[in-house]
Order: sequence, then structure tokens, then C-alpha cells
Amino acid sequence: MEEKKLAIIATKGTLDWAYPPFILASTAAALGYETQIFFTFYGLQLLKKRLNLKVSPLGNPGMPMPMGMDVWFPNLALALPGMEAMMTTMMKKKMASKGVASLEDLRELCLEADVKFVACQMTVDLFDMDHSAFIDGVEYGGAATFFEFAGDSDICLYI
Amino acid sequence: MADFDQELDASGLNCPLPILRAKKALAAMSSGQVLKIIATDPGSVKDFEAFATQTGNELLSSSEEGGKYVFLMKKA
Repeated sequence: MEEKKLAIIATKGTLDWAYPPFILASTAAALGYETQIFFTFYGLQLLKKRLNLKVSPLGNPGMPMPMGMDVWFPNLALALPGMEAMMTTMMKKKMASKGVASLEDLRELCLEADVKFVACQMTVDLFDMDHSAFIDGVEYGGAATFFEFAGDSDICLYI
Repeated sequence: MADFDQELDASGLNCPLPILRAKKALAAMSSGQVLKIIATDPGSVKDFEAFATQTGNELLSSSEEGGKYVFLMKKA
């Protein structure tokens, strides 16, 4: 059976949106897929040595909130200082209580399973980021690098 | 005599951890050996079927015992 390939583009840098690329990549690797994730724009945050991702209720009417907070807090109040930190803390607690893996763990599992991480050099430069801020094992390249792998992929996802 | 060679307790873990742990455990076993997996994630029932189909490892049994899901998987 020839090895299947999964190519993912990760463009989001929030706590909630960081999960799909790492969950799908680690699972695909466990199923025998050769897997690569291309991190660009805000997705670069997922490669930082110290992950400090947050979740925001702003502009996200689909986000379930505990204790009927979505009724008590109109959208404007969600912009108050401290709301984002509070939501992030609550989300992390909820995830831990449900046995959802931490992002750090999932990322490590991806690396253990030989998922290849490629960071978009153009956006690294755009945001004045330094390679030293990222974890080891990341490769740097551009759109052509992505297509070299994605062109042969069986599944290609933009997240 | 136990009808499995190794046991993996994935209770309390959520998707995709039971699959990832099982994959890791199977990697350390030899062909023909049986891994018993215990999970509490209801999604794992479909997931272990799908895992078996795609990896060639054989799902010998899948059952529920008091809120826990028990799988026996034979390494290909």
C-alpha cells in the first residue's frame, strides 16, 4: 500500500484554531500518512517555543459560554479588558477536564510521528520574527516549497 | 490465560489521544500480538474501526462494559 500524503496550511493563531492542524496531522501520521504542515501568517504562533495562545469571544457568536454569560454580556462588554484572559483560562480548564490534550503535547506527538513543519519565511520576515523564537525541527520555505509536497498530496486542507 | 499480550488504559483521554497511544503501543509490539485498549471516549468506537481499516491491524472485538469501551486489536 503506497503511503498517502496529507498537506495542511495553518493560518490561525488562536487557541481554538490551533487544535485542528495538530489533531489532524498527528492522527494522519498514526494512520500512516506522510504529513506536512505549512505555517503562515498567524499560524506561525503555533511554532513558538512558548505557546501563549488565547481564545477570544469577540466576533464569535457561536462560542458557547458558561453560566449563560452570552445572555448577560452583550458583544461590547466582551471587549472589556480581562475578558480574553478569562475566556482563555476557562477554555483551558474545560479542555483539561475533558481529557483533551494540551497543544504542547499534540505538537510534540506530531514531531515524534515525523510530521514535517514548514514555516513561511515571508511572513516570518513580515512580522519581524526570529527563527530562535521557534521550536527546533522547523524548516523554512515559501509557496513553492509548499507545492512541492502538496502537489503530490491525497488530502490538502487550509485551516 | 489472558487473551491479549498488552493492555493500554486510555480512560479519560479524548480524541485523538486514544488512537495515538494505541499506535505507539502497537509499534512496540510484534506482528500477531494482541493489544487490549480501554477507553471512555464514545467517539473511539468508530475511530478504532476506522484505524483498523486504514492501518491493516485487525479489530478482533469492540465492546462496552459499564461505560468503558474495550477493544482488542491484533497487530498486522
